[in-house]
Amino acid sequence: MSAAAPPADERLAPSSLLRRLLGRPELGAVVGAAAVFVFFSFAADSFLRASSLSTVLYSASTIGIMAVPVAMLMIGGEFDLSAGVMVTTSALFSSMFSYQMTANVWVGVLVSLIVTLAVGFFNGFMLTRTKLPSFIITLGTFLMLTGLNLGFTKLISGSVSTKSIADMEGFDSARALFASQWNVGSVTLKVTILWWFALVAVATWILLRTRAGNWIFAVGGGADAARATGVPVVKTRIGLYMGVALCAWISGQHILFSFDVVQSGEGVGNEFLYIIAAVIGGCLMTGGYGSAIGSAVGAFIFGMTSNGIVYAQWNPDWFKFFLGAMLLLATLLNAWVRKRAEAK
Amino acid sequence: MTVTDTGTTTGPAPALVRLTDVSKFYGNIRALQGVSLEVSAGEITCVLGDNGAGKSTLIKIIAGLHRHDAGSFEIEGEETVLANPRAALDHGIATVYQDLAVVPLMPVWRNFFLGSEPTRGRGPLRRLDVELMRRTTRTELLRMGIDLRDVDQPIGTLSGGERQCVAIARAVHFGAKVLVLDEPTAALGVKQSGVVLKYVAAARDAGLGVVLITHNPHHAYLVGDRFVLLKRGTMAGSHTRDSITLDELTRQMAGGSELDELSHELERVAESGSDSTPPSTPPGPGTPSGTTAP
Repeated sequence: MSAAAPPADERLAPSSLLRRLLGRPELGAVVGAAAVFVFFSFAADSFLRASSLSTVLYSASTIGIMAVPVAMLMIGGEFDLSAGVMVTTSALFSSMFSYQMTANVWVGVLVSLIVTLAVGFFNGFMLTRTKLPSFIITLGTFLMLTGLNLGFTKLISGSVSTKSIADMEGFDSARALFASQWNVGSVTLKVTILWWFALVAVATWILLRTRAGNWIFAVGGGADAARATGVPVVKTRIGLYMGVALCAWISGQHILFSFDVVQSGEGVGNEFLYIIAAVIGGCLMTGGYGSAIGSAVGAFIFGMTSNGIVYAQWNPDWFKFFLGAMLLLATLLNAWVRKRAEAK
Repeated sequence: MTVTDTGTTTGPAPALVRLTDVSKFYGNIRALQGVSLEVSAGEITCVLGDNGAGKSTLIKIIAGLHRHDAGSFEIEGEETVLANPRAALDHGIATVYQDLAVVPLMPVWRNFFLGSEPTRGRGPLRRLDVELMRRTTRTELLRMGIDLRDVDQPIGTLSGGERQCVAIARAVHFGAKVLVLDEPTAALGVKQSGVVLKYVAAARDAGLGVVLITHNPHHAYLVGDRFVLLKRGTMAGSHTRDSITLDELTRQMAGGSELDELSHELERVAESGSDSTPPSTPPGPGTPSGTTAP
């Protein structure tokens, strides 16, 4: 099958639709998603029901909301290991601040936004100031937040979870914004799906059609070159971390207002799911390449896999193994498709 | 040594950039001493020197990265001290470094406008003027004689010479009056170097003053109008094109008498080790076609 490579000029001449499609970062993820979809369609009878698909979508959206900013950050060449617990921090802060300090949950929700953005700023500021790898900086933030979540919750609430705030003023309107759902026949659609789609759309707009987007790709693909051409590298990086914080806030408020109480130990390990969704979606680990839509497809693969196993009625003990294998396969497929696309 | 002093030409227009007796010290280390150089519009001044001769220091002074400690630095006849690279750019001095300041994975048109992207619309609808960016990139490159098949291809897929040309075209487009090129042909093959030199000449014909830093006298002599030789931080010579031949330039560049000594030494080595064959091609940068015989 190994035909001799044609000369360079012939290679670049044809620019068909197929070629353009192959050049997209999302393509590998789309092919992988299709494969997972077909697989579970056969393996689990109930997988193709509308109600199952809405559950898959919901599950995908909870990861997807965070996968979007994590993908943008990864295009900018950095990681955020604190993204998972930051979601919990944001939810805990809203809940406890509202409960302790005010009568209206909206005050807590808005103060939580400021605090969460401050955590994001801290990550970005420390990264750009110390020039240490983001792996180390955000690992530190991750551990500190994990400790703070547990410590403060026990200190204030006396247990590992927060107290109910369901009877407080503003709870219903906040719930409508962050955790409402609609029943269309037997199908339940949750508002996070809208949040997710909106975030993907906004992120795609930013990445492809704004100066900031150009800077994100440049900072991730060649920070020195970006600096030399006058790109505000530090601001871009800090902005990306604050974007992760913003979405962690949205995600955290969703958890708070759908469950009313927040478990302080939650969120640990989720940061890897976000990163995996972004990588499956075509983001290069080294930065400078990727897409928000790809991260959405990556999150969708996660949603299908985690629920497909349940619908297939397999022993859930195998879930993690299956998930890992699935993700590895999808990534390999993705890499293979990209290699072929580049070689064509 | 034939040293003709620059700065004697008193034409109607002052030189775009003129350095007179410029020195630079890093602590007690003398990086550059008493170097003079000038470049006028539509002219190429070549700065030649071996590693450590002070070429980088000279570039950094012209680009505004370092300030000179002594001597005068005039831009269009006015004595200037550049505070930073931005100030140099504002004076129309654009520097193309060896790493070119391009992001390999990004499309050519995005690289072309990186850091100075044009936008349209306002508020949240403020967006890149993609159409203008694409069109301008294509026409600006065409003007330099580069016919790209696709401005959407990542710039990393271009050859080194083409990338160099895009960087030059970018500097020209953004209003450079003086173009400083740091070893543009250093990492390139013979053919690629030729392509780049063609665009350097094109920039000159467009009315720019060009400062070309190189350690290859053959490349310098192909396009240069003036030649400044640096050696260990001092000026070893300054010539106009009609006052020096390529052979003489190569000889001076290679160290003149030092080269003679070296070739004697090498001969002795070849004689003593009778069975070992001497290297057929002289090691060194570039592709010297005719090395000066002793």
